[in-house]
Amino acid sequence: MKDMLLQVEPLIPALRRHARALVRNRANADDLVQDCLERAVSRWYQRRDGNVRAWLFTILHNLAINQFRQSATRGRHVPIDETNEDDFGEAAVQEQKLMYQDVMNKLARLPEDQRAVLLLVAVEDLSYADAAKVLNIPLGTVMSRLSRARERLQQEIDGIANKESINVVSLRSGK
Amino acid sequence: MSHRPITEDDLHAYVDRALEPERQAEVANYLSEHPDVAKRIAAFSGQRDLLRAALAPIAEEPLPPELNLSRIIENRTQRPSVVRWAMAAMLLLSIGGLGGWAMRGALQTQPGGLAALAQEASVSYSVYAPDHVRPVEVRASETGQLVQWVSDRLHRPVKVPDLSTSGYRLMGGRLVPTEHGPAAMFMYDDDHGSRIVVLTRPMSSADQNAPMTPQAQGDVKGFAWADNGLGYSLVGQAAPESLRPIANEVRRQARPL
Repeated sequence: MKDMLLQVEPLIPALRRHARALVRNRANADDLVQDCLERAVSRWYQRRDGNVRAWLFTILHNLAINQFRQSATRGRHVPIDETNEDDFGEAAVQEQKLMYQDVMNKLARLPEDQRAVLLLVAVEDLSYADAAKVLNIPLGTVMSRLSRARERLQQEIDGIANKESINVVSLRSGK
Repeated sequence: MSHRPITEDDLHAYVDRALEPERQAEVANYLSEHPDVAKRIAAFSGQRDLLRAALAPIAEEPLPPELNLSRIIENRTQRPSVVRWAMAAMLLLSIGGLGGWAMRGALQTQPGGLAALAQEASVSYSVYAPDHVRPVEVRASETGQLVQWVSDRLHRPVKVPDLSTSGYRLMGGRLVPTEHGPAAMFMYDDDHGSRIVVLTRPMSSADQNAPMTPQAQGDVKGFAWADNGLGYSLVGQAAPESLRPIANEVRRQARPL
């Protein structure tokens, strides 16, 4: 168990960050991470792969999917506008905070599968191969989802920016 | 020098700094010549920086008490172990009781040979299968050592059954004590984490060969048999119908060709 502590503990902040980016609400995200850690403890010796990081993200991701499914059927999803402002980066200064919140709101509009790829790769620094393993999809699908996620997020970012200046963006924001 | 064409994947890998330095330079070069693409890629890099900056503070927050890993480990490993030991103690008591009762009847060897073996397998299962810390003493990566060790102690060559075709992977094994001397225990698990135990030890002279018979101790069920003086028992918590073909496979592999 000692080696588990040494290998898993340093990854908890990243797991929290990823969970928070996926489900946004702090309490739900931490519940998810707690479940993930409990599973990791009970399955530590069943782990075949030496890559602890990818293994933990896989567990977290599977739990998140279950939660999405459950909240979808129960209709208990927390609308993004209702999330506590405090749920994001308390250390950041006010103006930055607004900017960060804005990008998170835009990210939240991406389809769940695209968002997951973008976060794993761009924020959590997982290799494309590890992201494929975590999400249990082929490498090619990782690449196409990543590409679509970036295009889509850019449309969101540009869309809002354009709306403020000129009013010709309905075509872009439609898709 | 020949240039491989730049792909969309290369552009993303460029943003994610996942390219070899040489390729990274080639992409940079391409971008310097294609300002429209460069603009798009710069925007993607901007997204990446923004997302990382927006999410960074979360990873800096102090961890709440419920995410204290030492505590989670403690809770996980301590509470069940009380139950586990109680179960093992009860099983051992029942073996003692049963053994004593059997002795009273016939002092010589008796058909209880296989039942005793199966009971030993069930006790090993109850003690070690729920163990999160060290279910096996020698892990599957050191199978050679494991085989050497148990063969030495059982005074005969012992083979570790390969159950991968049945969907069970070897986790490892250990030597376990029984009233009939040392036994070799091998543990396996499948993709769902369900475990099975195979226990083998030399049988008394009366039970050198015995047909496969179903055995059950509470919800730990399985089969036991003996071939050429070596007894085997395979137990688990899966349905006996699903365990029987696995037991057949163990038996097939253990038989000398």
